[in-house]
Amino acid sequence: MKDTIEIRWHGRGGQGAKTAALLLADVAFKTGKYVQGFPEYGPERMGAPITAYNRISSKPITVHSNIYEPDYVVVVDESLLDSIDVTKGLNPEGAVIVNSTRSKEEIEEHLHGYTGAVYTVNAKEISIKALGKNYPNSPMLAATVAVSKVMDREAFLTEMKASFQHKFAKKPEVIDGNMMALELAFAHTDKNKAQ
Amino acid sequence: MAIRERLSGNEAVAYAIKQVNPDVMPAFPITPSTEIPQYVANYIANGEIDTEFIHVESEHSAMSATIGATAAGARAITATSSCGMALMWEELYVAASNRLPIVLALVNRALSGPININADHSDSMGARDSGWIQIYAESNQEVYDNFIQAFPIAEDKRVHLPVMVCQDGFITSHGVENILLAEDAAVKKFVGEYDPEHYLLNASEKMAIGPYAVSNYYMETKRAQRQAMINAREVILEVAARFEKMTGRKYGFFETYQMEDAEYAVVIIGSAAGTCKAAIDEIRSITGKKVGLIKIRVFRPFPEEELAEALSKVKAVAIMDRSEMFAATSGPLGAEVRAALYQARITAEVVNYFYGLGGRDITVSDFKTVYKNLETIAETHIVTDMYEYIGLRREQTEEV
Repeated sequence: MKDTIEIRWHGRGGQGAKTAALLLADVAFKTGKYVQGFPEYGPERMGAPITAYNRISSKPITVHSNIYEPDYVVVVDESLLDSIDVTKGLNPEGAVIVNSTRSKEEIEEHLHGYTGAVYTVNAKEISIKALGKNYPNSPMLAATVAVSKVMDREAFLTEMKASFQHKFAKKPEVIDGNMMALELAFAHTDKNKAQ
Repeated sequence: MAIRERLSGNEAVAYAIKQVNPDVMPAFPITPSTEIPQYVANYIANGEIDTEFIHVESEHSAMSATIGATAAGARAITATSSCGMALMWEELYVAASNRLPIVLALVNRALSGPININADHSDSMGARDSGWIQIYAESNQEVYDNFIQAFPIAEDKRVHLPVMVCQDGFITSHGVENILLAEDAAVKKFVGEYDPEHYLLNASEKMAIGPYAVSNYYMETKRAQRQAMINAREVILEVAARFEKMTGRKYGFFETYQMEDAEYAVVIIGSAAGTCKAAIDEIRSITGKKVGLIKIRVFRPFPEEELAEALSKVKAVAIMDRSEMFAATSGPLGAEVRAALYQARITAEVVNYFYGLGGRDITVSDFKTVYKNLETIAETHIVTDMYEYIGLRREQTEEV
């Protein structure tokens, strides 16, 4: 495995792509990695396209630029596929992970001929099943870990549980739902991989 | 024992503030520094510190209140960015000339216009002549470390000057990175209890702060400020040595990276230095070319002699400015470094690049181009454009 894994997140302001990137940095940090998680802001408004980035490494990271040749791309809002070339610079050995109800084949038509792996995650369905609401972040995060193998799954689940327990100390009922969302996203991604 | 953490640059500064527990913090929010007073307000609301937070209606008032609190004898701080600091302009000079040891967390952001929220150094470079000590950081670790060191530098009796602790907006302020924090007790011991020498609330020493100075007195005041800035040199190094004892992390006026045998050097300030280091590692491992970097940490006082010495053996230097000064010649760093080289009679080829204005990204690949250009310049002794913009979307140098 490379020393440094680089991930680019595409979402819209207010949807949580930045939060997901920071959460991934958080979990990776807890498993002993050197991390960076940072957003790139355009105009400050809800719904505007935003990009967030992760570098995760076994060595200290000094680079402070954005990421132009990521190993993985995560698309939290598939409506961006028409306006942004999300796979631009993406490593063909890597993968793009798209939050969508559509099939992999349908999504591929919007990817400007990207030759690497394509995964779709029905994060909405998973989230509603597990949490009763559409919070796509947890499933997308789990899918990203499953596809990129940037950290061990068990370590990821352990750290996420600790993080949820801290975050939802006053709403413990949400913890199981969030953990279920992660497990379902793992299963979903494994099924996609097998196909 | 150091505490392993991951924090954004703003979180790191707020955490340092929590550890120092200053007496007073007047502040007015402005992107990208807003989170600093926000986190501090949380610490106060949670009863973790007893700093008095003063809500003000503008940055002019924020600095005025900080000045008032410091003059009264309190340890006072504030935080701002860009246009916020521009609105403090008048007060910056008042703070420095009254010799008030204020610590300001500046999150560098471009000045308008066009209006822009991202990193460049136009705010702090514009204030470089205000009499403040200026310390810059490459990473979240460095901004945390610099912020803690700022107090004993500012408050030293040989100095008594305000310190601006600068970091690049969004790039480090909002980027989460690994960081090592010192323990609360160690930080408290390092900065010590603030013991002001002269202050307004001292009933046994009646004094005025900020009176009118006629021409007979004004110039001596400036000479005294200059002396304080000269004295700051040794104090900055003493404090750094003490900080190294506490943390093991070494600081000086600037950091040299791969400069021992370097033939081609970049001189730069701030977060882009880390990107340049990655380019250096790559170039050295692939081609073996002798490239190096000097990252300026302390811009005021300017380490002229030390810098010239560090550049005495190179063939070509690229001085990289993250702000314009519209001299239509060099940028602020460019002018200072050229002057340092001239004074030391160093005849290396020099080029001054402008980069990263308004948050324009600079990449490892950009730095590789810079080193390639330096090589060409050293070989041909021809610098086609001494003051060049890099990273423009298209060549616009001739367009108006």
